[in-house]
Amino acid sequence: MNSSSGKTYMSTSNCSTGRKAGDAAAAAADQFPVGLRVLVVDDDPTCLMILEKMLRTCLYEVTKCNRAETALSMLRENKSGFDVVISDVHMPDMDGFKLLEHIGLEMDLPVIMMSADDGKHVVMKGVTHGACDYLIKPVRIEALKNIWQHVVRKRKNEWKDFEQSGSVEEGDRQLKQSEEADYSSSANEGNWKSSKRRKDDEDETDERDDTSSLKKPRVVWSVELHQQFVAAVNQLGIDKAVPKKILELMNVPGLTRENVASHLQKYRLYLRRLSGVSQHPSNLNNSFMSPQEATFGPLSSLNGLDLQTLAATGQLPAQSLVTLQAAGLGQSTGKSGIPMPLVDQRNIFSFENPKIRFREGQQHVNNNKQMNLLHGIPTTMEPKQLAGLHHGAQSMGNLNMQVASHGSQSSQNNPLLMQMAQPQVRGQMLNDTSLGHAPRLLAPMGQPILSNGVAANVSTRNGIQENIRAPSYNPVSQTSSMLNFPMNHASELPRNSFPLGSTPGISSLTPKVAFQEDVNSDIKGSVGFLPSYDIFNDLNQHKPQNWELQNVGMTFDTSQHSNSLQGNLNHAHSVLVQQGFSSGQVNGQNRSATVVSKAMFSSGDSTGHVNAQNGNQHLNSLLVDSTVRVKSETPTNLYPDDFGQEDLMSALLKQQDAMAPAEHEFDFDGYSLDNIPV
Amino acid sequence: MDRNRLQHQVACMRRSLFDQGYLDEPFIQLEELQDDANPNFVQEIVTLFYSDSARLIQNIEHALNSRPIDFDKLDDYMHQFKGSSSSIGAKKVTNECTVFREYCSAENAEGCIRSFQQVKQEYAILRRKLEVYLQMVRQAAVSRTA
Repeated sequence: MNSSSGKTYMSTSNCSTGRKAGDAAAAAADQFPVGLRVLVVDDDPTCLMILEKMLRTCLYEVTKCNRAETALSMLRENKSGFDVVISDVHMPDMDGFKLLEHIGLEMDLPVIMMSADDGKHVVMKGVTHGACDYLIKPVRIEALKNIWQHVVRKRKNEWKDFEQSGSVEEGDRQLKQSEEADYSSSANEGNWKSSKRRKDDEDETDERDDTSSLKKPRVVWSVELHQQFVAAVNQLGIDKAVPKKILELMNVPGLTRENVASHLQKYRLYLRRLSGVSQHPSNLNNSFMSPQEATFGPLSSLNGLDLQTLAATGQLPAQSLVTLQAAGLGQSTGKSGIPMPLVDQRNIFSFENPKIRFREGQQHVNNNKQMNLLHGIPTTMEPKQLAGLHHGAQSMGNLNMQVASHGSQSSQNNPLLMQMAQPQVRGQMLNDTSLGHAPRLLAPMGQPILSNGVAANVSTRNGIQENIRAPSYNPVSQTSSMLNFPMNHASELPRNSFPLGSTPGISSLTPKVAFQEDVNSDIKGSVGFLPSYDIFNDLNQHKPQNWELQNVGMTFDTSQHSNSLQGNLNHAHSVLVQQGFSSGQVNGQNRSATVVSKAMFSSGDSTGHVNAQNGNQHLNSLLVDSTVRVKSETPTNLYPDDFGQEDLMSALLKQQDAMAPAEHEFDFDGYSLDNIPV
Repeated sequence: MDRNRLQHQVACMRRSLFDQGYLDEPFIQLEELQDDANPNFVQEIVTLFYSDSARLIQNIEHALNSRPIDFDKLDDYMHQFKGSSSSIGAKKVTNECTVFREYCSAENAEGCIRSFQQVKQEYAILRRKLEVYLQMVRQAAVSRTA
């Protein structure tokens, strides 16, 4: 079978089918959806092969995978390597819905589910888990021809969120332009990718730039840079801080007055939201979807509210996410009254994402905990307040705080910072793949209900800086886990985002604010997601972390089941055996195969996929196409439900140690995915 | 035998496979996917199906032979098998699978055993027919026009 354009994930984890963003962008710019990078996951080799062929016929770039776990690894390894994922519901190593959740959280890619089961409840499950479509098997090629619409739609939604929640002034202008460009036959500016990039960048540079002129070098507002900026502003006094003077004080070569001016504008918005309350309408969704840029604006809005709310209510329901979001909207100034309205909003969201379990069922509230509380301004949050917020971590706990948010142990509520409940990633934290938004502040995970596009991105921006202003804010841990999961493309993270900074330094982040609580006590489960925490906070306390977080999450995962990667093949799949069908040459083999298969079979039920190395060869001789046999399987319990905090912490710490400003997020030390047998 | 005749035979056999309900629309999709880049695509898929589904058949056998019968597992296996067979358009096989699943959900062991025999029978019949048919297709492809 011609596999020139399709790839089977058989090799090490480094195998990547997606081209670099730049290349892909350029190549696909005018031909969209040609070249759409699809990852198809199905344990049935026959279906997988058929789908691959169909997708290739649609001129997509296909990667197939017969195990959910492998697919996740691939995605993690190459966050921006795929545009859309198609997955079967029914798979032996991991439930398709679980995979869906993971992807939503970590990468926020559009996921299409498929199954031979067309029962209403199953389809509904797909909807509630956030699948953007559901195909009934046998799948027809016509159904696959239009899957690109989900990619476009998702991006469009994100843009919208950004637009609504982000800095309104020039942001809107830019966004609108970008949006138009982005979606109109993707011809403008290149494809969606470039739009995304543009979006990321637009806050950094002079916002008055024509969106079509991408020539200006983009300024990345890294944590350090922002810190310098804030220091300069503080030194001058917020009222007297003019771009020119700020620029002088900062003394950063290459930085222009325009850069500073636009950044200042955003910062002012952010501060304004922190201190004032501009009640947004309750489209929580919007606010949550903080654009990755993490402009101050959006963040501040979230922060203020959330904290207030949290503090005020003293109970963070599992819907803290929602609340946070609501909070974000509201920006209360520390009045306890404010939360009230939020409460309602909260209910709307109700996160309970039982479904969204991050790995295991933990309920992680994806709340975005955006704790980025400090935008460079250290704030001390009273633990009490935090506690209040955290409602018992219920949701938090679920969050799997594994992330231990910044290093603070999971048991502690990660102070402001963290709380990123991992899953937030849904919002993709900095996922550039899905959207340009890198630091999404936390898309609350729980939102599958919200809507596909939106859900993922709900990011409560809260937590950010609110702390600064209002001591009463509790950076509720819950909320936000913002983002970042650094895991994802670290490189993609927008540098400028303030709070979100996914600081890899999870462990090192120990927010000043003690969050305590419980929240993290439950962190369980895969670490996978590291909430990005307030960078600023970190800055103050720790050395700045790289944006690129190593995939902490990954580490965790891999460590957890490195074995599984090995794929022990217990049973040679009976495939070997029977060739039953087919050409005469097989007959002889059949017989022997039969014996073999029987033996194998009796060794246990193996639903595993085949693939023992030998089996593979054998199989190859029998089968025409051996590419289907991908890696070995055997999933036994790949994702143990209990990772335990210790595991998480150690994984995090390891990650931490291993962290290096690498471009690739997956630089695990010792957790290499190279275990995967080829 | 010359090509035209072979092709004619191929066409006839193909039509009867559809008319008699052995094959269904998905099989046409497979045929349409076959192109110069993958000139034997249909054959490959069919081969793959039979080799992979053998494992599922084994699983079902095993599950049917164990006592007590785990109907959930049985249904699970059969769901997979059915998904696979429907993807190549094996109509009769798929229909028998549906019958089986009905017995399974009713936890009717007898019914399951009997209907499974039907599944296997249809599965075997189709295999033979496809072997013949695809061989004929290959011959027609390499034959010369008289």
